[in-house]
Amino acid sequence: MAPLDKNADEAPKVVGDPFEIPQLECGAMADTHTFEAAPEHNEPLGFPGELLDNWQEVAIAKMGELAEKNRAFQVYLDACVKCGACTDKCHYFLGTGDPKNMPVARQDLLRSVYRRYYTFAGKYFPWLVGARDLTKEVLDEWYTYYHQCSQCRRCSVACPYGIDTAEISMAAREILDTVGVGQKYCNEIIAKLKKTGNNLGLNPKALRATLEDLEEDLEDETGIPVKLPLDVKGADILLITPSADFFAEPHIDGLLGYAKVFHAAGVSWTMSSYASEAANFGMFIGSYENMREVSWRIRQAAKDLGVKRIVFGECGHAWRVGYSFLNTLAGPFDFLDQNYPIPQHIMEFTSDAIDDGILKIDKSKNDEFIMTYHDSCDVARGSSMGRKEGGQFDLPRKVLKAVCNHFYDMDQDTIRENTFCCGGGGGLLTDDLMDLRIKGAKPRMTALQQVTTDYGVNKMAAICAICKTQFSKVMPKYGYDMDDIMSVHQLVANAVILDGQDAEEEQDAPEAAAEEEK
Amino acid sequence: MLSTLYAVLFYVATVILIVGTGMKVARYARTPAPLKIPVSPAPRTKRGVWFRMFREVAFFQSLFKSNKWIWIFAVLFHFGMLLVLLRHLRYFTQPVWWWVDLIQPIGVYASFAMLAGLGGLLLRRIVVPRIRYISNPSDYLMLALFLGIVISGMGMKFLMPVDILAVKQFFLGLMRFQINELPAQPGVLIHLGLVAILMIIFPISKLLHAPGVFFAPSRTQVDNAREFRHLSAWASQLPPLPEGIPEPEEGK
Repeated sequence: MAPLDKNADEAPKVVGDPFEIPQLECGAMADTHTFEAAPEHNEPLGFPGELLDNWQEVAIAKMGELAEKNRAFQVYLDACVKCGACTDKCHYFLGTGDPKNMPVARQDLLRSVYRRYYTFAGKYFPWLVGARDLTKEVLDEWYTYYHQCSQCRRCSVACPYGIDTAEISMAAREILDTVGVGQKYCNEIIAKLKKTGNNLGLNPKALRATLEDLEEDLEDETGIPVKLPLDVKGADILLITPSADFFAEPHIDGLLGYAKVFHAAGVSWTMSSYASEAANFGMFIGSYENMREVSWRIRQAAKDLGVKRIVFGECGHAWRVGYSFLNTLAGPFDFLDQNYPIPQHIMEFTSDAIDDGILKIDKSKNDEFIMTYHDSCDVARGSSMGRKEGGQFDLPRKVLKAVCNHFYDMDQDTIRENTFCCGGGGGLLTDDLMDLRIKGAKPRMTALQQVTTDYGVNKMAAICAICKTQFSKVMPKYGYDMDDIMSVHQLVANAVILDGQDAEEEQDAPEAAAEEEK
Repeated sequence: MLSTLYAVLFYVATVILIVGTGMKVARYARTPAPLKIPVSPAPRTKRGVWFRMFREVAFFQSLFKSNKWIWIFAVLFHFGMLLVLLRHLRYFTQPVWWWVDLIQPIGVYASFAMLAGLGGLLLRRIVVPRIRYISNPSDYLMLALFLGIVISGMGMKFLMPVDILAVKQFFLGLMRFQINELPAQPGVLIHLGLVAILMIIFPISKLLHAPGVFFAPSRTQVDNAREFRHLSAWASQLPPLPEGIPEPEEGK
């Protein structure tokens, strides 16, 4: 780990308390707009290319339609009593001080308009209940502030009624898309996925070449031909993993970890070039139809390859879609082996493999790392794992503790269901929002600094592709190095010893073995 | 004349409260939840959800975890109000039920708890900048309305006693569709007038949080999406997506 004063000049002010409530600074983030989508990004998703002439009418009608189609939206717009319990729970508010980043204030941007057109009080006494007309300024404000919400749901845990700002934020983005105002980052990516099967636009040929390179790396490292199979018909397991696992660090090391675990467990597995993406940005834009279309590819790939099981790699929102929505959107999966959860998380697979004694582990390989674990919001608050409630918290920690000797949790109110977002979730992982991302990471980074000070923690592990990318970008701003964020399966990969690996290492790669001894 | 006016007011208020809230509840119940969105810590069984909702409604569990001050004031107000309301059953029953007699003394002092809770909530709304920022006129007025009801009620109990037996006769009469004489004392008229207003605005205000809490999918759904397929009616009507994988544009 780098000393804490690195980049001191440009680093945001770091304080000792992750929960410190800032002074209200009205309009502090009013000028932070993410890039708008071009027509060629919107149209493949079924949305108008640019702002409609009758946008106001369409937006108001869409709002009514959503209230009819989604109980959460309907109830949440009515039930808020403005108690204020959520006001200090959002990492973007804590990081920016902009009051419109307080969850209730963010909801009110839309609630005030809903009241104006759909409630008695708002129609006849707008001043009394803060109802307002839908003007272009309001629409722009929606675009600005609903793209400063990572849909992490920390506020929903705090709310006495469970009001979920993510639902309001998704609805707002859908209304915006419906009138032709999309966000470039999300919509461009969804359009790309529909064309190529992954968010990167990687074609099957390029994907195969990438995987072959990685196979060579693995063989160089272990001396064993560990495979990364693609489009293998008749394999038992279809691995659906975020495309970041194919090219980004530390994601790749996680992918190599899955491969080692599968290899050690002796199962036959494959990836699919048609569904070469776990991420489903349809969720971020609140579009059921787009989310369904993206999910449908996984069903088709599983059928086409004739697999028996589906396993998801490390990706936060993908796992929310996988665990909570996939059965709804692309089920029923009656053609798969019903003895396994559908889908299963790689963490469940690895945890079972550890329990069954299948993995040979040398924990000392990770002794240089003093670890903590960042619960990713969609995993923590929107999904589960394993057989017991809370498995989404316990399984990753159990696996980490099985492969590392040094593990310390961060402050209880910043982990598990109270975890702070990395600052880049919900479709905000784009360079044009870098200022917001750095500020939004502050509560998490402060909690991390506490365990660094208290226990000497020097690495943080996560199981979300977005978290990993975000942290490798923002951690240097808080005095860490970009590789201080790790994949959980990267640590698994370090510690797992494959059958025949020791002997091979001594014969074929003595230098590499010597390197590891250091 | 005054008695007739108040009688009509209470009939109208009762109808609005019951029909209006009933319509809202029916609407909540009718609206489908397209996806499973339980928020952690989410129970995996129906029993678990019942237990979770019990803890939410009986102890305000989530609020306790998220903000101790608001929790204290909210508990003082809501549970004070519960006792006060139960005590008020004595004005609608003849003979008075034994357990209503039993809680009579606690019920009287519970009004102080209500007052303290309301005062605390109002103070926070004014003093804490974050909460002041999110407050609309209606949020202050709602607290003022409750304060008016509580203070006028306490005034009748502790300062200026009224002919409470006549008030009881008035309500027992209303329940039998007769209009008895309502004592024209200011405490009575103010208290009852404000209560009628509260009943009328219930279905069009944030008081809907009371039924709403039972319909929030994030809390009331069972976390079992992998085991049981959840599909809303409108989603099942969506046009089917094509089966199979189209030929790739570029060779593998």
